[in-house]
Amino acid sequence: MKTEKAMSSSTKETIAAYGFLMPNLVGFLIFTSIPVIASLGLSFVKWDLLSPAKFVGFKNFVDLFKDPFFWKYCWNTIYLMLAIPLSMGGSLILALALNQKLKGIVLFRAVFFLPTLCSGVAIYMLWRLIYNPEFGVLNSIIASFGQLIGITLNGPYWLTDETWSKPALVIMSVWQTVGGYNMILYLAALQGVPRDLYDAAEVDGANSWQKFWAVTWPQISPTTFFIAIMSVIGGFQAGFDPAYIMTGGGPNGSTTTLIYYLYNNAFQWHHMGYAAAIAWVLFLVVLFFTIVQWRFFGKTVHY
Amino acid sequence: MGKPMASSVASRLPPDGSEKAAAQDVFGGPTAARLKRRKRRQVFLRKFFAYVLLIGGALTMVGPFLWMVSTSLKEPGQVFSFQKEWWKEWLPTSFVWRNYVQAWKVVPFARFYLNSIFVAICVTFGQVATSAMAAYAFARLRFPGRDKLFFGYLATMMVPGAVTMIPVFILLRYLGWIDTYYALILPAIFTAYGTFMLRQFFLTLPSDLEDAAKIDGCSYFGIFWRIILPLSKPALATLTTFTFMGTWMNFMWPLIVLNTHHKFTLPVGLAYFQSLHHTDWTLLMAASVMMILPILAVFVFNQRFFVEGIKLTGIKG
Repeated sequence: MKTEKAMSSSTKETIAAYGFLMPNLVGFLIFTSIPVIASLGLSFVKWDLLSPAKFVGFKNFVDLFKDPFFWKYCWNTIYLMLAIPLSMGGSLILALALNQKLKGIVLFRAVFFLPTLCSGVAIYMLWRLIYNPEFGVLNSIIASFGQLIGITLNGPYWLTDETWSKPALVIMSVWQTVGGYNMILYLAALQGVPRDLYDAAEVDGANSWQKFWAVTWPQISPTTFFIAIMSVIGGFQAGFDPAYIMTGGGPNGSTTTLIYYLYNNAFQWHHMGYAAAIAWVLFLVVLFFTIVQWRFFGKTVHY
Repeated sequence: MGKPMASSVASRLPPDGSEKAAAQDVFGGPTAARLKRRKRRQVFLRKFFAYVLLIGGALTMVGPFLWMVSTSLKEPGQVFSFQKEWWKEWLPTSFVWRNYVQAWKVVPFARFYLNSIFVAICVTFGQVATSAMAAYAFARLRFPGRDKLFFGYLATMMVPGAVTMIPVFILLRYLGWIDTYYALILPAIFTAYGTFMLRQFFLTLPSDLEDAAKIDGCSYFGIFWRIILPLSKPALATLTTFTFMGTWMNFMWPLIVLNTHHKFTLPVGLAYFQSLHHTDWTLLMAASVMMILPILAVFVFNQRFFVEGIKLTGIKG
């Protein structure tokens, strides 16, 4: 009798649970789970949305690997990820400075967060103006710096120059992310380093530099690893919004990233199957880094 | 035993050479007092450099925004002079408020605003409501297949948005929902992220209240509504803030599914505006300022939720 009662109450719980899950689960299946499978299917067909879809096997993937533009845009995507180490280094330095028990931390943290907070079309338009070669503020600064040291310095044409367009986006991206999520994660990690480790290092006569490398750095290494992997995962999918607003992917495709290429294929040229193949290549790359993260993040990275 | 005594003696002595001499007598060599003073100087130097760094950083962060505001308040012709004295340009020298009126007039900006607000509210409400319900089931109820299902959620969290984008677009096209608000709202509501975040929070709640409510014969929905939700206000506020901002800023998806100008949300509307007035910098910057202002308002009132949210999802990640 007792087990019978327990069973009925657990059945009740199951019914209630699925009731709570239902709205989210149904929506999730329709808009996420099924589309994932559908996109794999799509990557094996040729389809322009108008004529019927045609099964082509692995042709999309084969074409993709022979497509010089694909490799070029891969390179662009990886180049733009140069912003990740730069930004992370900056985030760590800012977090170390914020961790000195100073006054006004909340204010500084808020100000540093501004660019991340406002990231979007408005900020990209602002940076298009900053990079303007004739009356943008960056080249004005460069020119007056040149005057200061007595030479004529002319800033580059930034967004319209193939050599400078990618560095320009990297600089903007560092500005945008340096005081954002990563800095806050670093700050939390720094606050979690046990005080007595520093005391022990001081007893051993370590200076600030040695304390950083012997105590702080190993202690925050899980955070560093976490941020790096997450940023790389994000980096492979990034670059559409700024490029669309600031350069249109140019000049000469120098700022087109993989996601931009996918957008063009799918929604400009209606090569649906080809775009799905790009999406799946992207997915596999991201998956690889995700597995790396799962493998290592469980273990304690510091010694 | 000697060390604390020495330092207490030293602290009573006047802070000059005699202190050093007295302490040196006891130990010979670097003394507690001297070490302390050296440490104080070190701390002072460290704080000094930290401030220099932080203030420099803060200026770098704020500078572009100041330039944005000052440009938005200029006469159109003023922008086009090469600014030799750029350091004077951060603060507005003229106040041409007409730019804002003008920007508001040349494209249906008020309409973009309303569209953005409507879409952001619908997505936020839908996402918080459905995520909270699902998170409650995952965190607080026991049912067959729970862990497998949750693993499925987690796994799809890793799938790039680019993968689902194309099939969802095709699906919406079949439903005839392209260029409607449904296309903006419905796919954005159901995320694994919100469910995951709230589940993590719900797991930390103590179960005493819940057990007591169960004994009193409270239904599952009653527990969810009267106990779990009120206890989770910070997490709910965090998710609300993040979702609202994310939807407000989202550019790519509205760009893909919308065609009609008067349905545009602010980011797409702003890009459209740029395509029409490519070099009207004063107007573009005025429009940009108007897009950022609501975000700043939300941030000022909800700042702590940001930090909490980042810690909650970032560290437990």
